[in-house]
Amino acid sequence: MTDTDARTIPTASPTAVGETCPTTASGGTAPMYTLTAVTKTYPQKKRTVKALDGVDLVIPAGQMVAVQGPTGGGKSTLLQMLGALDRPTSGTVRLGDSDLSAAGGRALAAARAREVGFVFQGFNLIPTLSAVENVETAFADGSTPRAERRARAEVALASVGLAERADHLPSELSGGQQQRVAIARALVKEPTVLLADEPTGSLDEATRDEIMDLLEGVWRDRGLTLVIVTHDSAVARRAQRRLRIVDGKVDEVGPAA
Amino acid sequence: MFLTYLLRELSNRRKQTVIVAAGMALAIALVIVVSGVAAGVKDAQSSVLESVYGVGTDVTITQTAEPGADGPGQEFAFGSGDGTTADDGSTEVAQSTLSAARGTATFDSSVLATVEGTDGVSAATATLSLQASSFSGTLPDFSQGGAGGAGTDGATGGGADAGTQAAPPAGGADGAGGSAFDVDQFSVTGLEPGAAAVGPLTSAELVEGRGFTSDDAGADVVVLDETYATSAELAVGDTLSVGGTDFTVVGIVASTSSDAATASDAYVPLDTAQALSGLTDQISDVYVTAASASRVDALEADLQAAFPDATVSTQSDLASSVSGSLSTASDLVGKLGTWLSVVVLAAAFLLAILFTVAGVGRRTREFGTLKALGWSDARITRQVAGESLVQGLIGGVVGVAVGLLGILVVNVVAPTLSAAATAQAAGPGAGGPGPAVGGGGPGQQIAQAATDVALHVPVTASVVLLAVGLAVAGGLLAGAVGGWRASRLRPAEALRSVA
Repeated sequence: MTDTDARTIPTASPTAVGETCPTTASGGTAPMYTLTAVTKTYPQKKRTVKALDGVDLVIPAGQMVAVQGPTGGGKSTLLQMLGALDRPTSGTVRLGDSDLSAAGGRALAAARAREVGFVFQGFNLIPTLSAVENVETAFADGSTPRAERRARAEVALASVGLAERADHLPSELSGGQQQRVAIARALVKEPTVLLADEPTGSLDEATRDEIMDLLEGVWRDRGLTLVIVTHDSAVARRAQRRLRIVDGKVDEVGPAA
Repeated sequence: MFLTYLLRELSNRRKQTVIVAAGMALAIALVIVVSGVAAGVKDAQSSVLESVYGVGTDVTITQTAEPGADGPGQEFAFGSGDGTTADDGSTEVAQSTLSAARGTATFDSSVLATVEGTDGVSAATATLSLQASSFSGTLPDFSQGGAGGAGTDGATGGGADAGTQAAPPAGGADGAGGSAFDVDQFSVTGLEPGAAAVGPLTSAELVEGRGFTSDDAGADVVVLDETYATSAELAVGDTLSVGGTDFTVVGIVASTSSDAATASDAYVPLDTAQALSGLTDQISDVYVTAASASRVDALEADLQAAFPDATVSTQSDLASSVSGSLSTASDLVGKLGTWLSVVVLAAAFLLAILFTVAGVGRRTREFGTLKALGWSDARITRQVAGESLVQGLIGGVVGVAVGLLGILVVNVVAPTLSAAATAQAAGPGAGGPGPAVGGGGPGQQIAQAATDVALHVPVTASVVLLAVGLAVAGGLLAGAVGGWRASRLRPAEALRSVA
């Protein structure tokens, strides 16, 4: 995909993100995420590392955001806060109306199961399960009937172009195909947020573009809020909004060029 | 999803599954074999004890013999006019006695009535253990000799002392002054003819003739043990001299255990035995059946309180009287076998736990990912526990199969164990210096049944269930530890550790 193509990506607006996006009373887009003075520290040997340092950030619903920055700058930590994988040391993280920073472990798990889809750099597929079974793992509460689970997983796989590979193990798939399975797994439960941590980091350039086309497509079609952590400027340029994290502090880089 | 994921994990981590299941199988098989052999040894002990005490006897009451209480021991006294003198001067003498068995103390038969009146007693009967001895022989004509003494050894010819000796004795068994004596002894038990519910004959079956009926009270009738009848060449209708009185053989019995003889060589009505032995209203043993198996220990205590001088024993007490290689096997199974089972079982559990925890460590990214997908800690714990449980079950099933195979091998080989059940212990000095076979001596015990027992290992559903239960417990324990470790993983850290 070229920069010209990137510029054709629609900007976030109530119309663009569709009916599922919450709107404010005034008709503007309601924030999907609201981070206020978020700090996250980790003990590391004899010192404390500040991964996030007083981050204030609002991400509107339906926005595609790219997060860049040097290694160790706090990108993945920010993604974990957004994904309800961890709680801040101080400050608040709100997902819609939910305060993730005050939620218990069970509530965080429920939020992840209901609202958030993850795509990882290393795909993180279960090696012993087939592609369609991996997609089925997204039904986290285990209450979805088997037939419905399988049918929805097969539809999700078909939507990423892997209907014919449903019964293959991850080891029998290419890197790009594995990432497609991971995207299908993230989307099958119809989340409101898709968080991608270096989704193209392990892929060659051609496959990277395929995956980004796919992610943009589902973002556009489903009105998702999409946050992508990436080192790749080509990937970042496709986002509506670019953030840069250095030493735990977030700066707006601006919209895509 | 649960089962699919579980089966995929077990089949794809085959090496771990095989190792954990094999360890569990080894432990379970060992538990089954040891438990089975223990039960087999216990059955063998019961078989030996039943041959002595009968079936259904929960408690026995005996009296410990006082040191020296038996007086001078077995002796045969002949007066100068006893015997029949032949033409060559030889004198033929014969005498039969019936007395309390060596090491046996008798007590008043009123004890039985007291026992029967004790709360918790279902049935009780009394017996009198006796020993019949007969002496017959030919003495030479000592009248031609001087003042020499008789030989001190019943089987040697001529005197052996240094007295004045005008001429050697003449006549005798060999016609040259020799002597020949026959001494025969057999055990006799006097029992109540109508008591069929409890007592030594409850473990015997009638081979020939009939058993006692209440009409036999006071009669000179005898029932013989098959082994003794065969050796003495006696059959139903023959006559057996007991204590100088001729008894008619009315029946022959054999132990229901193929491995053991009955408790006594001959059985006679109790009142007849008392009269012949001069032990009027005396008994030596009381056999008691408790009304409830759970009441045995309480009954033992009650009876001990009622008869403080008596020895009151339960079956478990009596089991200690079984000696021989059966006893050694019992000790071996009871101590070494049990401890070996415990150690191997603990090792198998530990192995299962370590492998499960190591597996959780290897699958950190996997569990972190599942948590990121929204899997709850409980669901992850269930998944890990399920995998361990199935590993344990596989080990349990294989272990049961191997254990049953081991039991089959033991039963095919059927190792023979020797056993001797001893009923009463004589105190120091009990008995006396008499010539009786099985004479006294310090602490000597009277063997009531000596036999070889082929070990048969039973298979019971309870042992199999116990084994499977242990396998399940082992799997659950490993799963609980592994699941706990997995649930403790924080998703952010789990994913970060991979990065």
